[in-house]
Amino acid sequence: MKSIVLGTTALFLSATFAMAAGHSVVRMGTEGAYPPYNFIDDNGEIAGFERELGDELCARAELKCEWVTNEWDSIIPNLLSGNYDTIIAGMSVTAERMEVIDFSEQYTLPDASAYATLAGFSGDLSGAVVAAQSSTIQASYIASSGATLLEFATPEETIAAVRSGEADAVLADKAYLEPIVVESSDMSFSGDDVYIGGGIGMGFRKSDAELREKFSAAIQEMKADGTLNALIGEWLPTSGQF
Amino acid sequence: MFLRHAFCVPHFYLIHDMFEFCTDPDSLGQFQWMLCYLTTPKHMGFYWSFLTVLLLLGITAPCALGFGFVGAMAARSKFFLFSLFGRTYIAIVRGVPDIAFFMFFVIALDQFLEWSRHKILCPDWSDPIRQGNDFVVCQAAKLPLSSAPQWIHETYGFALAVFTFAIVFGAFSANVLFGAMRAVPHAQQETAYAYGMTSSQVFWRITVPQMWVYALPGLGNLWMVLIKATPLLFLLGVEDIVYWARELGGSKTARFTDYPHPDWRMWYFLALLVFYLMFTKVSEVVLDRLMKRLTHGQATAAGEAQRRAQA
Repeated sequence: MKSIVLGTTALFLSATFAMAAGHSVVRMGTEGAYPPYNFIDDNGEIAGFERELGDELCARAELKCEWVTNEWDSIIPNLLSGNYDTIIAGMSVTAERMEVIDFSEQYTLPDASAYATLAGFSGDLSGAVVAAQSSTIQASYIASSGATLLEFATPEETIAAVRSGEADAVLADKAYLEPIVVESSDMSFSGDDVYIGGGIGMGFRKSDAELREKFSAAIQEMKADGTLNALIGEWLPTSGQF
Repeated sequence: MFLRHAFCVPHFYLIHDMFEFCTDPDSLGQFQWMLCYLTTPKHMGFYWSFLTVLLLLGITAPCALGFGFVGAMAARSKFFLFSLFGRTYIAIVRGVPDIAFFMFFVIALDQFLEWSRHKILCPDWSDPIRQGNDFVVCQAAKLPLSSAPQWIHETYGFALAVFTFAIVFGAFSANVLFGAMRAVPHAQQETAYAYGMTSSQVFWRITVPQMWVYALPGLGNLWMVLIKATPLLFLLGVEDIVYWARELGGSKTARFTDYPHPDWRMWYFLALLVFYLMFTKVSEVVLDRLMKRLTHGQATAAGEAQRRAQA
């Protein structure tokens, strides 16, 4: 018990000292499990399209940024409670999410979602069992279609479900599925691409309009000088350009 | 600030390649490939997380025992308010499902701390703290401050986890100790009173030294449960062994790593299984020895058997 009391006191003190030197740091929240948007590389660092984009935006907006990972399921609640200041995690802009948080200017065009199945799948996707990550636009799309939705907390599990035969197909962003389908002989794309939701934007607390404006301005700047298109071309070759 | 603080890779071990031949993994033989793969900085994060779990156990166990002791003392107090407090603590915490406690209590505690700091540090703040769904306190009241280095965020998350574990397991150990205190033979205490000891002397000199032998089986049990409960750390946002096993085991494509591999989660979880089984085995051995020691000279059947064997 003593150690807890001491520990807590130490925390309060160190927090107070840090405050004296206080300058604002923007904490960037991401999932870290959704390549090519964001993932953890071999060095244990957050990498991917959004890492490079985010670092560039922070440089342009002259902000000091720190990266934080958070599970997808609780990524919005933790933004609201102030655990970090932005969500930059491949999150498409939807009306439902706009009720809770605000989005910056979109930094990708509405992106294709695609079905991936085991190679040689010949069934009918409209009545199939389809895996999707929970709380995604793909999950709500499946839920409102005739297919049976199988939800998982992480993208990895949705792929595993198809491989194990638990699900017939997985519906996810095409940019996420593409490297997996290309590199593995056992999976292929099936059916047509579907377009759900808007483009991807950064998420902010509704009370944080000032920060949102700063990032939106930086995104517009990157759109205007072509650097955003270059980044999209490098990381998301299947996506459209501005 | 709560939940999933952090990206737990301390920078001092970010050595890029541990072995020189690791620069070009594609050209390597199986053994060397595996060696390089298992020593990536990302894997070092995994190995460190085992220490995090051990550290959590090392700090939480004595804290929980402390909470338990205070709880048990309060519950058997003659002063009604203390007794009510002790009994309520034991009953409520034991009754609430762990997972609900871990989700709700930590959020509430964190927001309470920030709210209190806000009231003290920013008395002039006029905006409401609850704005729609947002929980907004002034920058100075944030805990930890958003400008604080990442390790402070991680330590804070860890401290919240220790505190929560200590409260939960404290309630269970309070119940065990409460029973153990009552199990000490009454005749012993009465004799002590007859010798003129005060009730606090009776408690500290007669009851406490003798209760451990009754408490140990229950406490040992709790220790085992605590070991198994450590994956709940994950819920609290500490990147523990379960997080890393999931992250490392997930399939990796060659575009985003030098070490592409299919879904290996099963092997990583197997490693966790072995770790937990070994840890429980070691605990059992230690607890058995401790029990033998505590039994020595006690007025219990086992103590009597020990005495006869020696005689």
